Amino acid sequence: MAAAPANDWHGVAAEGQDQITANMASFLRGRSKRLLLSVLRPHARAVAGSIATIFVYNLCALAGPWLVKLAIDSGIPPLVENGSMRKLVLFVGLYVVAAVTAGITDYEFTKLTGRIGQDVLFDLRSRVYDHFQKLSVGFHERYTSGRVISRLTSDIDAIGELLAYGLTTLSWSLMFLIGITVLMLLLDVPLALVALASLPFVLALTVWFRANSSRAYRATREAVTAVIVQFVETMGGMRAVQAFRREPRNQVIFTDLNDKYADANVWSSRLGAVYGPGVRMLGNATAAAVLIVGGSRVLDGEITVGVLAAFLLYLKQFFEPVQELSQFYSVFQSAAAALEKLSGVLDEQAVVAEPDSPTPLRSAKGDVRFDGVHFSYRDEVVVLPHVDLHIPAGQTVALVGRTGAGKTTIARLIGRFYDPTDGRVLLDDIDLRDLADEDLRRAVVTVTQEGFLFSGSVADNIELGRPGASRAEVEAAARAIGADVFIEALPKGYDTDVAKRGGRLSSGQRQLVAFARAFLADPRVLILDEATSSLDLPTERLVQEALRTLLADRTAVIIAHRLSTVEIADRVLVVDAGRIIADGAPADVLPGVRAG
Amino acid sequence: MHRFALWRVRSYVRPHVGRMVFMIVASLVATAAAAAVSLVTKAVIDGPLARGDRPGLLPLALLALGLGTFEGVLAFLRRYTLAKVAVGIETEMRNDLYEHLQALDVGFHDRWQTGQLLSRAVGDISVIRRFIGYGLTFLFINACTFVFVIFLLARMHFWLAMLTAVGFLPVIWLSKQFNKSYGSVSRLVQDQTGDLTTMVEEGAQGVRVIKAYGRRREMHQRFLRGAGTVRASSIEMARLRARFFGMLGQFPKLSQAAVLLGGAVAVADGSLTIGGLVAFLSLMVMLIWPVESLGEIIAMGEEASTAAERIFEVLDTAPAIAEIADPVPLPPGASSVRFENVSFAYPGSAANVLGGVDLEVRPGETLALVGATGSGKTTLLNLIPRLLDVTGGRITIDGLDVRDLSLAELRARVAVAFEEPNLFSASVRENVLLAGDHVGQSDLDEALEVAQAKFVHDLPWGLDTRVGEQGLSLSGGQRQRVALARAVVGRPGVLVLDDPLSALDVRTEERVHAELHRVLRDVTAIIAVHRPSTVALADRVAFLHEGRIAAVGTHRELLATNDEYAAVIGEVHEDVLDETVLADVAGEEVA
Repeated sequence: MAAAPANDWHGVAAEGQDQITANMASFLRGRSKRLLLSVLRPHARAVAGSIATIFVYNLCALAGPWLVKLAIDSGIPPLVENGSMRKLVLFVGLYVVAAVTAGITDYEFTKLTGRIGQDVLFDLRSRVYDHFQKLSVGFHERYTSGRVISRLTSDIDAIGELLAYGLTTLSWSLMFLIGITVLMLLLDVPLALVALASLPFVLALTVWFRANSSRAYRATREAVTAVIVQFVETMGGMRAVQAFRREPRNQVIFTDLNDKYADANVWSSRLGAVYGPGVRMLGNATAAAVLIVGGSRVLDGEITVGVLAAFLLYLKQFFEPVQELSQFYSVFQSAAAALEKLSGVLDEQAVVAEPDSPTPLRSAKGDVRFDGVHFSYRDEVVVLPHVDLHIPAGQTVALVGRTGAGKTTIARLIGRFYDPTDGRVLLDDIDLRDLADEDLRRAVVTVTQEGFLFSGSVADNIELGRPGASRAEVEAAARAIGADVFIEALPKGYDTDVAKRGGRLSSGQRQLVAFARAFLADPRVLILDEATSSLDLPTERLVQEALRTLLADRTAVIIAHRLSTVEIADRVLVVDAGRIIADGAPADVLPGVRAG
Repeated sequence: MHRFALWRVRSYVRPHVGRMVFMIVASLVATAAAAAVSLVTKAVIDGPLARGDRPGLLPLALLALGLGTFEGVLAFLRRYTLAKVAVGIETEMRNDLYEHLQALDVGFHDRWQTGQLLSRAVGDISVIRRFIGYGLTFLFINACTFVFVIFLLARMHFWLAMLTAVGFLPVIWLSKQFNKSYGSVSRLVQDQTGDLTTMVEEGAQGVRVIKAYGRRREMHQRFLRGAGTVRASSIEMARLRARFFGMLGQFPKLSQAAVLLGGAVAVADGSLTIGGLVAFLSLMVMLIWPVESLGEIIAMGEEASTAAERIFEVLDTAPAIAEIADPVPLPPGASSVRFENVSFAYPGSAANVLGGVDLEVRPGETLALVGATGSGKTTLLNLIPRLLDVTGGRITIDGLDVRDLSLAELRARVAVAFEEPNLFSASVRENVLLAGDHVGQSDLDEALEVAQAKFVHDLPWGLDTRVGEQGLSLSGGQRQRVALARAVVGRPGVLVLDDPLSALDVRTEERVHAELHRVLRDVTAIIAVHRPSTVALADRVAFLHEGRIAAVGTHRELLATNDEYAAVIGEVHEDVLDETVLADVAGEEVA
């Protein structure tokens, strides 16, 4: 199965794997490289511009020692002999011009690469964020928010460092290296060959470093992710942490993860500690060799002292880029490990994907149909064996049944949080999978138990139901659902910041905001998944009153444990073990229900 | 201001002072060795080359090789040590920050978003690490190199050396200018990055809501606005760096030009040899790096300063609720809990959530707390284990003010289950036994029985199955039951339950009720309830209305005497879909 890996390792599957095969490593590298190229491509012109700038910079920087040589060899003799400074001043003047030009181009280059880097980061952030949002709820349940955060913070930072520092170094170093090589060859070929003899050793050292450091940096990225995940989990659950004196145990876990991260960091730094100075030693040895060979050639009259001086100056500058390249390599390896993760996320297929050519549905009627729907979550346990169901437009349906009967799954399928494993769910006779997300979400809205609020004001959170709604509309929605009383009592009314995850609002209040949001969204199909469970009775009654009017002309699916909720339904479905075992008017199906 | 923040990092550096001194010494010696190579070059040009002394070449070249090798070895030792120091400092700071955050009160965490904290714990700390491990060392080394090289140059030719030194003076002024503007931008970028992290966090945690409303594009736009501000400030940062670095790079080069000119004149008047000029110029190359890198180091220093400032903002926040010096020990046995004229307002808000609450729960008694949505039930319960502190009045356990008790002992005595059950990424066993230092297998079994959480035995690895964020995801009802088991395990002295059964189906809820009833006989308990069914567990009911206890009595009494109470929790009968009803329906269909 030589071709298998690509399939086994698609998406984020490689995360958390300690051992990867050579085959896999090259697959992952290729994927990372494609991602890097694709984010750089739109900036091709700017990149070309920056390379041109750095080229001029390098020319100027390289001209320096050459002009020094000229000044020494042909500027000083006339001065010593007849006091003529003309030539000397000319060379020094040129040297100054070169230096100033180098300064200006350096400025332009740094500015330009800074902008390119930030544009690329912006683009990467945008793509990864949006792709996470495209991925299914099922993916998010497995992947956890801590890892999402890790991808979009520490991995992006690592790539940012490559762009801000690495690419500058790379282009500068490579050009400088080539430039100096050419100049040394021009100055004196035999001496240049002596200098270049060190390159195979540098290369060998680089190969060793590359092999080891890619593993080290991979370990670093994994370790920092673990630190972030633990951190986010602790901060998110601080009430429970403190109430149960979990702090010491958490500290042990965190310290351990932090130590692992430290170990990985020390590992990669120490590889650098061998590589960088190793290259430097090779450089020093080369300088010694040049000194002896060059010295003999001066004695033989083959070259001048000026040439030897220029050579030694160049040699210093030759190994500086090599050093810098080793730094670049560290940054690059770190970024490559991050790119591997990000490209994995982007490679992850949205299981519940938007169609390529959606069937348009401008205004839905709200007719919902299950056609032979079979469903199981990842674990292969069949939740819904075979559901056929038709909910005509405008009908309010209550789903009742025990925990685990499959009610929520039915609701999730209508809201297309998951796709059926077999069969179809249709809205107005269109398969949900053929609908554009925008059309589907305009037509179908789900309110769940959790009442998640985003940072921002209460009004912002309600407005999420229909972006662009006026304040009057927001307030009307809150009024309709009976949330206005508590909102107006808040310190700043509708403008009150809901703080961290709505920490200040009680769960019932958050639920009311979620209802107001749904009211404002004004969908044709409304799904309430135990949405009233954290409300007290008077509030629930208020909400139900509002629901009676709200649901009058639209399709609704309500999951509830309480008879009072069932009473507002036109029809009750009793679900048991994934099958609908009873279907009819509330009073017929459930004895003891007053007619609604 | 913020420069002091960086100075405060010294306590983390202190344990590594020995290593840092070693690194600096190693670097200085390495620099001296590198400088010596330049002098060897001079010796070669002025000696063997000038005299035509071919055999004299070899020893000098070997000396250069020796010095070069020595320099490389020292560089290796320095970087090898650096890894340990820098990473050590980073790790210690992060551990301390985490520890401090865990000690900070819930009120703090309500105000601070995880994203902002995370950007400090990861981003800011590594900025400081880079500065200490690299910037600080090199700042010192470069200053020494500079002085040393100028000294060597002065020995070769005094006036040329002075020319060189004076030429660098404007660097100081330039750096000051840069410092000012760069510091504020770098703080801006760090804060904006924290906000962006918060958006990422919300995007991940609120993904269901975003999907439910199809608001992917809006959230994406919102995120892009945040990312856009980070981009704009970062570009401004890059521009400032570009200008500073570009100008900085001029100084060594322009002074080299001046030296070339002056050196040539010196050679002409015989005060300097050609070899001397070459050595002088090649020594000057050693000045380029210290000056050029100064820009990078100053930028790093600025970033590290603002990072330190951001970290100390957190570390300086004293926990509003902390362990006290000499706590009063709690007597053993069932406890009484008493609220005496308790009031509470969230910080920064004038409005009291609770005002003048008086309430007593007798040892072994079960009290139900009833109140409308947002009446302050959860706040009141949070006050007992001191997740929040009263702003007026006091709460006592067995007559002792909770603020006089050891926090650990208080929280060991008071067990809590929240409406939103938070499980940790650990095994089921660990999640249930969290607080239990003294509880055994039989207590565990009992707790699972009470909470009707025996389903855990059917999980893939039974009690050892990892749950929580990084483990197997359980349903809301399952999580609530594990959290309940955690609260009742080992029979705590005081049990505080905040609507702990809201996600359970009726049948399970009934079983839990029956079991709880047994446990509650000898436990002091306060239970916030929404549903009449749970009220039945309680000996007495307290009705929380408009921030105070409006009435206390049995459920029947309150129903009869308090209309508002009846409105909140009345109409007990048949409100829930009875299990028997469902069973009937199922039975009929099967039959």
